[in-house]
Amino acid sequence: MVGSIRFEGVKKTFHTVTGETVNALSGVDLEIEKGKFVCLIGPSGCGKSTMLRILAGLDTPTEGSVYIDDKKVQRPDCDRGLVFQDPNLFPWLNIYDNVAFGLKVRKLYKKRSADISEYMELVGLKGFEKSYPHQLSGGMCQRASLARALIGHPKALLLDEPLGALDAFTRMNMQDELLRIKAEKDMTMIMVTHDVDEAVYLADKIVVMTPRPAKIEKVIDVDLYQPRDRNNPEFIRLRSEILKILDFAGKEPDVEYNI
Amino acid sequence: MKILRPLLPLLSLAAAEIVAFAVPDSPLHQPAKHPYFAILLIIAVAVYYIAATAQYFKNKNNSATEKPVFYRGPFLAGVILFLNLLNIFTVKTALFPVLYFPALDRVFGTLVEDRTLIIKCIGFSMGILLKGVAGGLIIGFFMGIAVGFSKAAEYWINPLIRILGPIPSTAWIPILLVVFSEARSASSFIIGISVWFPTVVLTSSGIANVKNSYFEVSSTLGAGQLQKIFRIGVPAAMPSIFLGLFNGICGSFVALMTAEMIGAKYGIGWYVNWQKEMMAYSNVYAGLIVIAVMFYLVITVLFKIRDRVLGWQKGVIKW
Repeated sequence: MVGSIRFEGVKKTFHTVTGETVNALSGVDLEIEKGKFVCLIGPSGCGKSTMLRILAGLDTPTEGSVYIDDKKVQRPDCDRGLVFQDPNLFPWLNIYDNVAFGLKVRKLYKKRSADISEYMELVGLKGFEKSYPHQLSGGMCQRASLARALIGHPKALLLDEPLGALDAFTRMNMQDELLRIKAEKDMTMIMVTHDVDEAVYLADKIVVMTPRPAKIEKVIDVDLYQPRDRNNPEFIRLRSEILKILDFAGKEPDVEYNI
Repeated sequence: MKILRPLLPLLSLAAAEIVAFAVPDSPLHQPAKHPYFAILLIIAVAVYYIAATAQYFKNKNNSATEKPVFYRGPFLAGVILFLNLLNIFTVKTALFPVLYFPALDRVFGTLVEDRTLIIKCIGFSMGILLKGVAGGLIIGFFMGIAVGFSKAAEYWINPLIRILGPIPSTAWIPILLVVFSEARSASSFIIGISVWFPTVVLTSSGIANVKNSYFEVSSTLGAGQLQKIFRIGVPAAMPSIFLGLFNGICGSFVALMTAEMIGAKYGIGWYVNWQKEMMAYSNVYAGLIVIAVMFYLVITVLFKIRDRVLGWQKGVIKW
């Protein structure tokens, strides 16, 4: 199994239109063992999405570096799959071609085209190959987007609030799906979320972050067996612990930055 | 009304035929060789009823999503009625000025009697049009991609587009006549310019408006720079590119007609212009009919291609 991740002194600053310098991330050190499910949680502006984008290779850190399996992250690559809140399916391709996209651009399509139906089945979209994204519901699109990211066998799957736009029922359903997929495909998953309940339900490790300065406040290991019971006393205790940390952070002035 | 609907074209045809044959022509009009107008109407109505029969069997096999069998019946009846009135006002009564409103028999007769020259003109015009459209489209498309993706290309090419693009393509005629030895090449060039400008502008702006996250997702899936351009940028910008092409082609019709008036020896625009000089207005109308049909077919082909290429974005843009 591969997919250990290391953040070493990662800082990110950027300049706003008005010329101000903003610390989007002020010095992050984090070690993630392979095969873990990690949730990054915190209010807006705490740098959790920035961390994920740097890990994906979409943004470069101002200082420090990120390593995946001791290899420095330089640019986006298919060893790190990425799923956004918006499924971002390519609307001009049907679901099959969307899922096949990664294989096609890497010239693996001929060799591995049989995998496509396997992954369609994995995310529960069998029979929707010919549909176009606009014909499917938000939850189904997010499933397709998962399959598209997973088919390239990423070492780590990065999830940027992937369930944020879904309704409560679909959301809980998708949480279980993520756990099932992770158990089946064996990879590191890193998920950004706003939802404390979701984090405690899913994660092996919860990284609680605070804004101003944007940094890691606390890393909590969750020692609960899967599947988890949302009414378990330990579950409830963890949830209130995280909420307490976040509440403390929430007293800081609430400013949002758009990168 | 419902029972009458299938019969409407037939009734309208009967009225027109009665007028055509029973009412004597005005002596002011030159007589035509054959009753072309009356024959044409009969052929049109016959074709319509054959098509309606075919539609009837198609509907029988298919579900109710098809159009009703006689959907276009009232429309055809209306057209025949209009032509019938026109026939009355021209050749039957000479109420309209005789010189500018020739008999319909002679207008349609021109299409038959002058067909060799007209077909030659159509071939000539289409040749120029295709050459110009293809050139303008290809150059506009690749230039648009370059401007959309490369900062350097944007820096150097964009001002050129802004300055040269808005010049009406026909304003280039005096220069082109010097540069090109042949009128045909000059005409193609004018058409090329008129297609190039909207295509390049809408291609580059289409690409600039592609959601950045599409590119980000594709790079995490392993796509390289070229793949990002041709697998993401171009298909995502396709609706906009088509809009540019559509505008360009409509503009190219104007350019074609004007271009053919600069020393061309053939071409349907030249034909209309030449016949006007000869005061042969029946030929002018025949030429206009040919132009209408020709451009209608070009646009129809374009729409068919669009429906095929842009089938994925149903209900997003309608034009």
